[in-house]
Amino acid sequence: MEVTTDPGAVARADRLVLPGVGAFQDGMAGLRARGLVEPIVDYVASGRPLLGICLGMQLLMSKGTEFGEAAGLGLVRGKVVTFGADGRPVKGKVPHVGWSRLTPINSWAGSVLADVAPGSSVYFSHSYFPAPEEEGIVLATAAHAGIEFCSFIRRENIQASQFHPDMSGAIGLAITKGFVDQPE
Amino acid sequence: MPHATAEVAGVRVIPRLDIKGPNLVKGIHLEGLRIVGKPEDFARRYSAEGADELIYVDIVASLYQRNSLLDIVERTASEIFVPLTVGGGIRTTEDVANLLRAGADKVAINTAAIGRPEFISEAARMFGSQCVVLSIEAKRQGPGAWEAYTDNGRERSGRDAIAWARQGVDLGAGEILVTSVDQDGTGRGYDLDLTRAIATQVPVPVIACGGAGGPGDVVEVVRAGKADAVALAKILHYGQADIGSVKRALADAGVEVRA
Repeated sequence: MEVTTDPGAVARADRLVLPGVGAFQDGMAGLRARGLVEPIVDYVASGRPLLGICLGMQLLMSKGTEFGEAAGLGLVRGKVVTFGADGRPVKGKVPHVGWSRLTPINSWAGSVLADVAPGSSVYFSHSYFPAPEEEGIVLATAAHAGIEFCSFIRRENIQASQFHPDMSGAIGLAITKGFVDQPE
Repeated sequence: MPHATAEVAGVRVIPRLDIKGPNLVKGIHLEGLRIVGKPEDFARRYSAEGADELIYVDIVASLYQRNSLLDIVERTASEIFVPLTVGGGIRTTEDVANLLRAGADKVAINTAAIGRPEFISEAARMFGSQCVVLSIEAKRQGPGAWEAYTDNGRERSGRDAIAWARQGVDLGAGEILVTSVDQDGTGRGYDLDLTRAIATQVPVPVIACGGAGGPGDVVEVVRAGKADAVALAKILHYGQADIGSVKRALADAGVEVRA
């Protein structure tokens, strides 16, 4: 495993994790400044497995809305929105910080969630989440402040979590192992 | 739906480990320290018992103006995979970067932020609000009035704790750790008024700290104090309660917790 900002390393990778914390536009600006946008898009087009985490998941979407609208990587169609943006009442604190349960929406078979028990709690730390427009790609939701939101997507070789597998204890380790063991 | 989803995130139960040199220590009113054991051993045990996060505080760091926990943080992060917050003597964004690189997930900042509030904004801009925890050590001055202290409850800041919490959030703090200096180490229960005053006035999660004498106090600070998370030290370190008994008490009171 290697932590890198090198476009060449992205091009050569067998597996790619796109992590991230912070604001959407800063994240995109960071990818652009390091010349990483094209290598990531090419990597996904090659069919190799990608795992987006938190802001790394949000950046995959076509559009962000944090501090104004901005284009994302556009690998998954849809916007990144905050709690209550669609008019649903927010009955709790935002940011959502803490452990929440994963509710299965579409089958987890073959995904990095395959070995995770439905209803398992995972660690979240975020104010925004993706609202994908494509059918069937949401594998799991979670709920906070009375609002159910997309917390895991899978679309072909792209998988992404709004929560942090890296801070989710034994369940996070199972997800990480699942990603390492994904077929090419 | 196949599984019931909770309306809000579960209340987090967080052991707080005050560290001096290589040792886990605990005092009263943040003073009179006694050595309890090795922090890594306790962290491992708490993680296995179901701790939702861990907080490490370098208890003498502010005095020496540096945090000396890098090695302990690195060893902990290599074997424990729940969020780890580290505080004590963090003064620059470079200090933050070093701790995050060593494996911390968040930093708790008190003294340096009191001296220079912009530090909160700088850290939040560089690393995200989710990793900036404003630590407030509050001492009661009268009914409904608390002052923020620094250097582990030794120095007055002149700042009203509630106003400081609000300002800290405006500057970019993603969570507030509120420690009652009056209650710390006494086992007489959390300062419910203090916790509630801050928790109901800031939009971000509040971690209540200082004074737990048993699981019942934890239930109280969540229900009456409106805490989003609870920090525990002495009763865990001395085996007067474990994470399981605290979570059972919360669950019995109808509070959502991670199983």
